[in-house]
Amino acid sequence: MPLLEFTNKGIYCAQADVYIDPWKKVKRALITHGHADHSRWGHSHYLCTKTAMPVIRHRLGPINIESVEYGESRTVNGVKFSFHPAGHILGSAQIRAEYKGEVWVASGDYKIEDDGLAEAFEPVKCHGFITESTFGMPVYKWQPQAEVFAEINDWWRENNAQGKVSIISAYALGKAQRIMQNVDPGIGRIFTHGAVENINEVMRKQGIPLVETTRVHSTIKKDEYKGGLVIAPPSAVGGNWTRKFQPFSVAIASGWMNLRGARRRRNADRGFVLSDHADWDGLNQAVADTGASKVIVTHGYTEVFTKWLREQGYEAYGEKTQFESETPDDSLA
Amino acid sequence: MKPFARLFTALDQTTKTNTKVAALARYFAEASPQDRLWTIAILSHRRPKRTVNTTLLRTWAAELSGLPLWLFEETYHVVGDLAETIARILPEPEQQSDFSLEYWIHYIRDLGGLEESERKVKVAAAWAQLNYTERFVFNKLITGGFRMGVSQKLMTRALSKYTGIDENILAHRLMGNWTPDTTNFEDLILIADPNEDISKPYPFYLAYPLEEEPENLGDISEWQVERKWDGIRGQIIVRDDEVFVWSRGEELVTDKFPEFHSLAEKLPNGTVLDGEIMPYEEGQPLPFNVLQTRIGRKNVTKNILKKAPVVMIAYDLLEYDGKDIREKPMEKRRQLLTALLDENPTDGILLLSELVESKNWEALKEERANSRAHFSEGLMLKRKDSTYKSGRKRGDWWKWKVDPLTIDAVMIYAQRGHGRRANLFSDFTFAVWDGDRLVPFTKAYSGLTDKEFNEITAWVRQNTVERFGPVRSVTPTHVFEIAFEGIQQSSRHKSGVALRFPRISRWRKDKPVQEANTLEDLQALLQIYGI
Repeated sequence: MPLLEFTNKGIYCAQADVYIDPWKKVKRALITHGHADHSRWGHSHYLCTKTAMPVIRHRLGPINIESVEYGESRTVNGVKFSFHPAGHILGSAQIRAEYKGEVWVASGDYKIEDDGLAEAFEPVKCHGFITESTFGMPVYKWQPQAEVFAEINDWWRENNAQGKVSIISAYALGKAQRIMQNVDPGIGRIFTHGAVENINEVMRKQGIPLVETTRVHSTIKKDEYKGGLVIAPPSAVGGNWTRKFQPFSVAIASGWMNLRGARRRRNADRGFVLSDHADWDGLNQAVADTGASKVIVTHGYTEVFTKWLREQGYEAYGEKTQFESETPDDSLA
Repeated sequence: MKPFARLFTALDQTTKTNTKVAALARYFAEASPQDRLWTIAILSHRRPKRTVNTTLLRTWAAELSGLPLWLFEETYHVVGDLAETIARILPEPEQQSDFSLEYWIHYIRDLGGLEESERKVKVAAAWAQLNYTERFVFNKLITGGFRMGVSQKLMTRALSKYTGIDENILAHRLMGNWTPDTTNFEDLILIADPNEDISKPYPFYLAYPLEEEPENLGDISEWQVERKWDGIRGQIIVRDDEVFVWSRGEELVTDKFPEFHSLAEKLPNGTVLDGEIMPYEEGQPLPFNVLQTRIGRKNVTKNILKKAPVVMIAYDLLEYDGKDIREKPMEKRRQLLTALLDENPTDGILLLSELVESKNWEALKEERANSRAHFSEGLMLKRKDSTYKSGRKRGDWWKWKVDPLTIDAVMIYAQRGHGRRANLFSDFTFAVWDGDRLVPFTKAYSGLTDKEFNEITAWVRQNTVERFGPVRSVTPTHVFEIAFEGIQQSSRHKSGVALRFPRISRWRKDKPVQEANTLEDLQALLQIYGI
């Protein structure tokens, strides 16, 4: 029996009777990171990294949760588990499982580039590697983030000069903070939607030095927003919520903006290619660096990436999960 | 090519017309005269010929990127744009060059005379010295399908902004068979042609669809009623012994319709007619697709003239005896039009749009329901005392189309769309039941909301039965109502029918798949409505 297997509840280690990021209620859950599709409500016991815990607590309410440091191990019925940086968002981890000399790693979501906020990705040697494939097609190639932020700064500066508000649509946990931390705060004030600011508060409380932001609020005069940058989740952008910022320019920050068609469909003024997932080269590099011979491909372009890995000599196959990704329009990976 | 690539990026980053025009005008100001002219040529559908076929481009791009061809194809299906796919997957350029747009167009053109192996070397060398956007532009130039989100009209507006010359005059100057090899910017654009004013059309007056009951329009006697034809809206101008034909897109299409050229002798100078250009033979209209085969052709051959002969069904007179009469009431213009056509026989090239007389709205409703028997798509209602306005205005002119025909069909194949719909499943094939078999009978692309496209895309991913290249067969599950304007017999289709303008009118989530319509139902529609 393989050390990790796929069941209808999630990725399962039978020897230890624990699940990784399960999508149905289980007794013991190891959680790679706090995004809703990986960290679900209703398990009896949770284990995650120390930096991921506050957000998970904040989102799931009163749960039975413990945390570990990166690299620290927990042994359950002879299986040694440890968490290693995945570079996806703050606190995100790849989970390593070792039993009788066999090592497997479930990577959750990951990105290779160090974004300055999430703990930088570390390759972990293993025999079997479970990888995502959100951007598992060679058309997805990211520029270094410094170049992307230079573009974002130019856009913001130009809007600022024209007296416009710059609204950027980004996922509230992860992408929003990455943007705050990397734009040039000299251009203007940074405002945040409540969903973003709630996460900011949690992170500040745990000692993460985030830049200064102001929660968008009805007591703020319209004039104060002028020239500022507003960071809001996709659901808020395009609705009534943005009306008070007029005149404004809207941008989307997402890996999907790499496709011209997807960008034009979104009807935003600008699309910045900024993802918290690995691009094609990143996925290939990550797989190679593990030294694994077996690779299980999950959520994304599963079939294509699996076939490609097989041609590269890996023993690869695809598994269905309930982690999101797939379409450029319902996620903002 | 850097300024041109920057222009492309600027146009691509906005959906606002004014921003596009400004970007183009800025580009015209900074580009060299030859590049300026090439840009005008590209934006007025005068692209250089394709010198490398796409199969070769795909093979070379896959090879240079170190990717197997199947992966290249998969990627292309997701991206939905060949030029973009190639530009993205190639390795980073080794060095950067900065040659003009004209240089690259000549480079591409010169490929035509080379052996395949030499062409490959040249294309690879180009890719190796261009950055992402330049590569994308180069690929678009080489594949010939270059659309930059700028119509000829918008380009003309920008050119007008840059040169200070009136838009309509420029439209006229841009006509004809010039290429950047046969002329230059100054001769083509800046030097006045003494004849250009005589071609000037009037802006078209466009009707709104009637969505309420006609009774709300008041007394029927105040209304002029005609049949609505499914052709090309056009304006025929006869001035100074010359004929000019304009289409509704305010595009000069005189060359496309030699049938009208003799009107220079047949009609008095100072005449401007508004009407519908229709394929027409032996006293009756032909289906629109007959005309469609003709529109796309660059040269109108004798064979085409024979297969798709056209007439104009004239319904308005805008200039009479050299005077603009648009302020006269409809009724009066109609009288003048009738007299003009009576006095000047045209051998059946011009037909007078006939009036539909009804005592009351009730009777007119019956006439409307009967439209398909007249090969028309409904009725036009025009207030008898209305002036000829410009653009789409509410109140005096209404189009009152017949309800489309509909049939409930089962989705059996899905394919990803292109361009704006890349990566979404948006192109579907629909079938009707023939016993327990499903027979495909039409494709349809439009009619769902973005949200519905997302929903069906997610569904298709999970319910794919088989993949044939970009096409996926899916479990027959979903029923859609397909609306269409006409139905014709066709030996090219398995089902034996071809539809006119099919689109999805709604997703029948309430309908189980067994209850979709049958081939028999479709054949019954053909019996009643087929031409």
